[in-house]
Amino acid sequence: MVLLIKYTLLYAVVLLLVALGGMFSERSGVINIALEGIMTIGGLAGVFVLALLGGKLPTPVLVALSIVTSIVTGMIYSLLLAFSAITLKADQTIGGTALNMLATAIAIVSVKAFNNSSAAGNGAASAKLTYDNSPFIYKIGPVTINIFFILAIIILVCSSIFLFRTKWGLRLRACGEHPQAADSVGINVYRWRYAGVVISGALGGLGGLAYIVPSVSTWNFEVGVAGAGFLALAVMIFGQWKPYRIAGAAVFFAVFKSLANIADSTALANLGWSKNIYSMMPFIASMIILAFTSKNSRAPKAEGIPYDKGAR
Amino acid sequence: MNEKGKDVLLSIGASLVCIVIGLVVGLLILCCINGENAVDGFSRILQGGFYLKPKGIGSEITQAAPLIMTGLSVAFAFKTGLFNIGAAGQYTVGIFGALYSAIILGLPWYLCLLVAMICGAVWGAVPGIFKAYFNVNEVITSIMFNWIGLYLVNELLYTGFGGAMYDQKTTRTYKLSAKAPQALIPDAGLNSIFKTSSTTIAIFIAIIIAIIMYIILNKTMFGYELKACGFNKDAAKYAGINEKRNIILSMTIAGALAGIGAGLYFLSGASEWNPQVATALPAIGFNGIPVALLAMSNPIGVVFAAIFVAHISVGGAYLPTKYFQPEIADLIVAVIIYLCAFVMLFKGVVINLLKKKHADKEGK
Repeated sequence: MVLLIKYTLLYAVVLLLVALGGMFSERSGVINIALEGIMTIGGLAGVFVLALLGGKLPTPVLVALSIVTSIVTGMIYSLLLAFSAITLKADQTIGGTALNMLATAIAIVSVKAFNNSSAAGNGAASAKLTYDNSPFIYKIGPVTINIFFILAIIILVCSSIFLFRTKWGLRLRACGEHPQAADSVGINVYRWRYAGVVISGALGGLGGLAYIVPSVSTWNFEVGVAGAGFLALAVMIFGQWKPYRIAGAAVFFAVFKSLANIADSTALANLGWSKNIYSMMPFIASMIILAFTSKNSRAPKAEGIPYDKGAR
Repeated sequence: MNEKGKDVLLSIGASLVCIVIGLVVGLLILCCINGENAVDGFSRILQGGFYLKPKGIGSEITQAAPLIMTGLSVAFAFKTGLFNIGAAGQYTVGIFGALYSAIILGLPWYLCLLVAMICGAVWGAVPGIFKAYFNVNEVITSIMFNWIGLYLVNELLYTGFGGAMYDQKTTRTYKLSAKAPQALIPDAGLNSIFKTSSTTIAIFIAIIIAIIMYIILNKTMFGYELKACGFNKDAAKYAGINEKRNIILSMTIAGALAGIGAGLYFLSGASEWNPQVATALPAIGFNGIPVALLAMSNPIGVVFAAIFVAHISVGGAYLPTKYFQPEIADLIVAVIIYLCAFVMLFKGVVINLLKKKHADKEGK
């Protein structure tokens, strides 16, 4: 049971962060299917900081530096999506898909190049990075809590306040619901959509680090983040683009996702199901839920449609 | 030149711009990683299969056949207004269909191909059904079913049917040449020409299917109805077209095409599936997206775009691993898709400009 709580918390934090990111982007009117890629790039940058500077800096500085690096890298990478989707009015899904593929390629090439140079070019480079994750984890009684848990709670509360209690949140939402109306009262739709996408980049990058670092100390970048970004999209839809409902949805999905990790050591082992079946579960669960909830989905009305000032 | 010809030329021009910029980015990355050998590496990518004649050309042809099929899959869905990001999953399920019917059922190659097609079609139909009846965006469903398909196929090929398809020695599925030679697609002498072991008539099958798809989309009423749904769902419905049926049909056909692609590749004996380490979806499935985009969803264009993407990937594999990573080819392809997403829009601008010029001239 403790194990189930541990892994559920671990994944819920990731899904919550990334789904909140997706929410900001979609509330501003841009579908962010690139979350998977943003997670990969953000995680990559943060892990590189750990692998390069681990042990050379005082622990709190190292933790802060790697978190900030992953956030900033996520923001920069998301600018690529914003540029194509907002400035150039390109198809948001295609642009996002390209960024997902690009992210995995960048991650593999850079990690292999790094491993290759540190192994003096023997040509047998793998796409794995090893790092020390202990600074991120705190023990409280029987449960270990990582720093991202605390960050996620703070971000959840802030997001809700920002989105529904401030004028900036109202402006952001207006751009996703009816950009023409927003423009008519002097809101710069392009700028707010950029803001939405960049916030989602920050949260996506942080989520990538939160996915990779706390659970293992070696990561194979060939798999990117193994579909976690897409699951976060499902969490966001299930959460109906509302912060607290997203939090609930994240916990729900995290339970399914953690079953794969605990299957061997609990009563579930008696069922004799293989890891593949557990790995499938969160995806199957998300499909069933989407089938029942999509009919009355409350997606932002203007999401996915590039805003064109001149359009009627 | 007439309007249509101009449009085709502009499309080709736009695609070439994407390709050139993508390649320049690739060169820059090569320079960043290792400046001394960058030019050598870049020339290897450009030469592609021709770097290692004739073997490389053979493997380029082998790679191109499934790419044509996944490219057609994505392109066909595009034409009918759907984005089939699920080609990778449909392809993966098609692999299972091909290997199951080859190794377990012992069917001849053309029946194996058929089973692969049916498996892909089923996996493509599901997102169509979700879209038509539950109003779930096909992109989300396709992505979820990509992963479900991957884990399912891993499970079935590893332990399914008493592990009959999994070779403990090679830790992959059994080689078809040893276990099920009847399921290998005939090579018609191509293997001896290119000194390879997996260059077969698959490429011709793929080209013929591309031509058939072109005819269906452009010369038949069925294709017209599908395209009408893509242009404007409501107008199509108003005109008496059953749009729900058409969405499901389009996705089913798209899935079937991807499934055939898997059959063409695995029944050529080009590769075996490793269910233990296959934690990422096969790249050939995803590379259908750049192929379709470069071809502007034209089935004939898909053939050339697929050959180009195969050319670059094979070239990437010939990079000296001492300095460079073969994934640099994937990186170039990804940059090209990113550019494709908006270069097509510039095409629209150019067409408008030309029209304006034309109108000005007539005004004078």
